[in-house]
Amino acid sequence: MAIPLVRFEGVRFAYGENDILRDVTLSVAAGQVVAIMGGSGSGKTTLLRLIGGQLKANAGRVEVDGEDIGALSESALYERRKKLGMLFQFGALFTDLSVFDNVAFPLRERTQLPESMIRDLVLMKLQAVGLRGAAQLMPAELSGGMARRVALARAIALDPRVMLYDEPFTGLDPISLTTIGSLIRELNDALGAASIVVTHDVAESLAIVDYVYFVAEGGVIAEGTPEAVRESSHPFVRQFIAGQKDGPLPFHKPAGAYAADLGLEVGRE
Amino acid sequence: MTIDRPAGLDIDSTATPARLTLSGRLDAEHCAALWPRARAALAQGSVVDASAVDYCDGTGAALLFDLIQRGGQVQGLPERFAPLLAELEPERPLTVPRRPTPPRLIARVGLFAAEVGREAHAAISFIGEATAAGFAVLRQPGQLRLGETLRVATSAGADALPIVALIAFLLGVILAFQSAVPMRQFGAELFVANLVGLSLVRELAPLMTAVLLAGRTGAAFAAEIGTMKVNQEIDALVTMGLDPMRFLVLPRLVAVACTVPLLTLFAELIGMFGAALVLIGFGIPMATSASQIMDFVDMSDYLTGLFKSFVFGLGIAGIGCMRGLQTGSGARAVGASATSADVRAIVMLVVADGLFAVAFYYLDW
Repeated sequence: MAIPLVRFEGVRFAYGENDILRDVTLSVAAGQVVAIMGGSGSGKTTLLRLIGGQLKANAGRVEVDGEDIGALSESALYERRKKLGMLFQFGALFTDLSVFDNVAFPLRERTQLPESMIRDLVLMKLQAVGLRGAAQLMPAELSGGMARRVALARAIALDPRVMLYDEPFTGLDPISLTTIGSLIRELNDALGAASIVVTHDVAESLAIVDYVYFVAEGGVIAEGTPEAVRESSHPFVRQFIAGQKDGPLPFHKPAGAYAADLGLEVGRE
Repeated sequence: MTIDRPAGLDIDSTATPARLTLSGRLDAEHCAALWPRARAALAQGSVVDASAVDYCDGTGAALLFDLIQRGGQVQGLPERFAPLLAELEPERPLTVPRRPTPPRLIARVGLFAAEVGREAHAAISFIGEATAAGFAVLRQPGQLRLGETLRVATSAGADALPIVALIAFLLGVILAFQSAVPMRQFGAELFVANLVGLSLVRELAPLMTAVLLAGRTGAAFAAEIGTMKVNQEIDALVTMGLDPMRFLVLPRLVAVACTVPLLTLFAELIGMFGAALVLIGFGIPMATSASQIMDFVDMSDYLTGLFKSFVFGLGIAGIGCMRGLQTGSGARAVGASATSADVRAIVMLVVADGLFAVAFYYLDW
């Protein structure tokens, strides 16, 4: 296996006293698309923020392209983020800029390219996501799936080494969903990048990724290729893939407050 | 289809313990009326006959659950409603967790102090970051986003001209008229020009312009940046490797700090013009008013006024941006940020103006 572009080694992270991640170890190599799955609130998005350096691990190492992200200064971090592209859950397009200007934004701000070249690059990126015709629209005029494709074009504008996707499939119709899924795969192969997809969409992500990590209770509890995962007998994986209500992951958040919530002052013997 | 009967409750109090018979539609609309009666009549071991229930929704199930929890025994509930009740697991005694007790007075004082400390910490680190970004731009002026700065300067400065002019004119007219009437008794109308000129230049024009700006621009900054925060646009900037401080905050600080003194100057001129118009009515020609003001108000008065408005502008823009960046999540957070930016900016103005007054008094400016 090639040198990993992203590597977590024994990472612990806590908000205050609250451990979100206890001990996470994983790695993603160039050319790989890796899915990180887990229930809501299992710390998936925290993982992405650790890679971006917006959060710092309390213990362990987070490496991106061989560098320890936690040890970098703020200005060095801003420099390293050039290597990162991130697709946000709802796109996070700049609402006061047109589609064209949104995609051109990182190019104009982070490079010294002449405007004519930026124009060509933007149109190429938009072509890659199939929205060259929408260049002059404003974000408010786009559907949810289109907005996310534009955001994807913006995220790949600087040809990042590492692409991060935060719940890219949420709230999309089946057609947009497949489109985004295949775009993630194709763009990764074309850029030779490493992609990390944080998701709980089992079917779509298993179809496109090379490797899956399951995150729960602050750690990686299972991992493997999609085939291995489908065959897995791990109770958590089974529960997650089959979407069963009861299993190792409780449907009920631990709480005895039901009666109190209902306002029933009984049971207090 | 038969029309369901409304919910009914028969209480057979001859039996011990009392026997309750529920019938008809147990739904949200009807349960409310019979719930208290059922609770009152129920004793430990009471039998609740539910066989005549025609319909039972979530509320009905909750009623049955409540009765079971209080020691009743539900019998004969029609088969199709049984899953609803089973879902609630009525046979399991639920432990009621202790409600968190509200913190005591001393704890609340402590929490408040901690909150104040956090706010101060946030403000100080914001000022530090903004200063650092400012110095970075001073070293490389090309880093300042000129387009954004000019756009903000237009909306915060040029677009504010009409409202500033209106308020300043009104201020001049009112001041002149209200002081000219009593001054006339002493034949001192001429000195109204001095009074209005000095108070406008030193105090009123900087302060009124700043108050208008706090309402117009400070709140707008907080809302603008707050919405970007809620939409994850700030996160997007950061992941592109662009510092929001340099990108969003600095252009606004520069634009406002540059335009506010100009606006203040404009307000001073309009205010004096308004005062001079009033004085014409008192028989003092405009040229006389003008020369009075020129003689009496000197350069240091102008400069202190402009310096104050510069500081006010920085403060208002800074508070607006800081509140915007601190916005939590959700639509309400944006509104809260805008409001708090406005309120804090005005409090800041009052405090800063007081400090300036003391400082200038001792410096004898």
